[in-house]
Amino acid sequence: MGTPAIAVRNLVKRYSKSKTNAVDGVSFEVSRGEIFGLLGPNGAGKTTTIGVLTTSIVPTEGSAHIYDVDVARDPISVKQRIAVVPQQSNLDRSLKVREILTFHAAYHGVPRKQREALADKLLDELGLGERKNEKVNRYSGGMAQRLMIARALMHEPDVLFLDEPTNNLDPQSRLFLWERIREMNARGLTILLTTHDMDEADKLCNRIAVMDHGKILVNDTPAELKKMIPGGTALEVRASGVRAAEKVEAALAAISGVTKVEPVAEEAEPGTLTWRLYAEAVNNHIGPAAQAVLGEGAEVRDLSVKQPSLEEVFIFLTGRHLR
Amino acid sequence: MNKLALKAFFAILRRDIVVTWREFIPFLLQALMQPLFILFIFGKVLPNIGLASGSFASLMLPGIVALSGMIAAMQGVTLPLVLDLGFAREIDDRLLSPLPVWWVPLEKVLFATMRGTVASSVIFPLGRLILGSGYAVRTDRLPILIGMVVLTALVGSTIGLLMGTTIKPEQISLMFTLIFTPLLFTGCTYYPWGALNHIRWFQILVLFNPLTYAAEGLRYSMVPPMNGFVLTTLGLNWILLALGMSVVVMFALGTRTFYKRVVT
Repeated sequence: MGTPAIAVRNLVKRYSKSKTNAVDGVSFEVSRGEIFGLLGPNGAGKTTTIGVLTTSIVPTEGSAHIYDVDVARDPISVKQRIAVVPQQSNLDRSLKVREILTFHAAYHGVPRKQREALADKLLDELGLGERKNEKVNRYSGGMAQRLMIARALMHEPDVLFLDEPTNNLDPQSRLFLWERIREMNARGLTILLTTHDMDEADKLCNRIAVMDHGKILVNDTPAELKKMIPGGTALEVRASGVRAAEKVEAALAAISGVTKVEPVAEEAEPGTLTWRLYAEAVNNHIGPAAQAVLGEGAEVRDLSVKQPSLEEVFIFLTGRHLR
Repeated sequence: MNKLALKAFFAILRRDIVVTWREFIPFLLQALMQPLFILFIFGKVLPNIGLASGSFASLMLPGIVALSGMIAAMQGVTLPLVLDLGFAREIDDRLLSPLPVWWVPLEKVLFATMRGTVASSVIFPLGRLILGSGYAVRTDRLPILIGMVVLTALVGSTIGLLMGTTIKPEQISLMFTLIFTPLLFTGCTYYPWGALNHIRWFQILVLFNPLTYAAEGLRYSMVPPMNGFVLTTLGLNWILLALGMSVVVMFALGTRTFYKRVVT
């Protein structure tokens, strides 16, 4: 494995006018070729952590290294190895699309011939080839995002930082972007992304660190994280024609082996109620659950086994929803 | 010196030149509209209707050169920086280039100085055109003149740097009223400093405006002897000292605030 692509040790950042630490003793490592996710709600310290790693924020304590180069001591060398795709567009609106790429490469010392060829190649790959001589003013959010990714790749960095890459994108652009992220990673690029989208973290990341209030709560693979939920999988029961909700709930709770029954607040379809059953092996309880509902004179509309999601891991860890 | 950082620096400079070159006509209009009218009214109309003497034009021309260069240089830094640091953040890409952070404002200053120098230089043919026979510029102090034009632009761009890093986007229009207007009128652009003898307090007040020294320096290098009289200006040593100090102080302060805005 060699040296890790990113190594963060006991990182603390306290902004001058703040009473609390924005990042409060964070440590993690990202291996070369990994997609690593920082997952957490707004204000968790994800963007500050990225800011330190990308040289725009000076750490109060602790250290951060990119390929063994200390970010605070040698920011110039770090800048040459990394690329950043920020949350909001910071594309140079005075330049044409293709120039945004070629100038970026020129800033990083890429020779002219090489940068021109690479710009054309990336624009085609990202589906922007036909509009390369426009200025970015007329670009949609999704196109701007793609262009920022193309720009990031122009100096062939070792580590790519994506801050909330698919925030505010339409579903189609999101899927397109996920595909590109996987492709870039397959070519050997190490990627650190922040997100508050569970689905995104789950689908893209090899490992995820869950952050809240400036601290990393857990750091593991998505599969391992999901195992943290007690009882593992859950069984969802939807019923209609319920006369007394408490009675159904009591009947479900009475099933032996069920550790917890939780009514689900949102109404899937009018006139129905949904409960979630937690147990060691929920598959064994499908029959008894149906009987319990029928026994109370109600009708079973749906029975499904829910795989645990990262959403639930987060709720389990923090007692709060992500957004 | 780091070769990569130098490459980055010149690429960023080239970016500014490319962008401005594309907008060269609007840039010229922006820089020249005001001096054009000032020259016409003060140098042509007023002397013609007898409200100013004919020599007024040659005393004022250096002031216009100073004013145009300084304003063009300031505008080259201030407005882009205010917007960039305020919300556009287009500068981020340059900050992530492999060069020291303070080279980014250095490049801005260098480029704005080029802008100011161009704006000052075009006043000469323009002045000749408008003033006709009233155009009189001595050529025996040409090296000093060139130096003064560049130095004036440099002063303007460093002031622009400090303003661009301290002003918030919502304060832009207030800035024009509170900074540009006093700067314009207390800078000895329309009158030589020596002539203020009778208004002593004002003569001292204008010494706090860098534009005064720029205008006086340009007067020193441009105004020919008239009827055997040589115009006395502020001493060249004092001029260079004041302008030099202004550049150093403004650049140091401006770079410091710039750094604070982009690295937290």
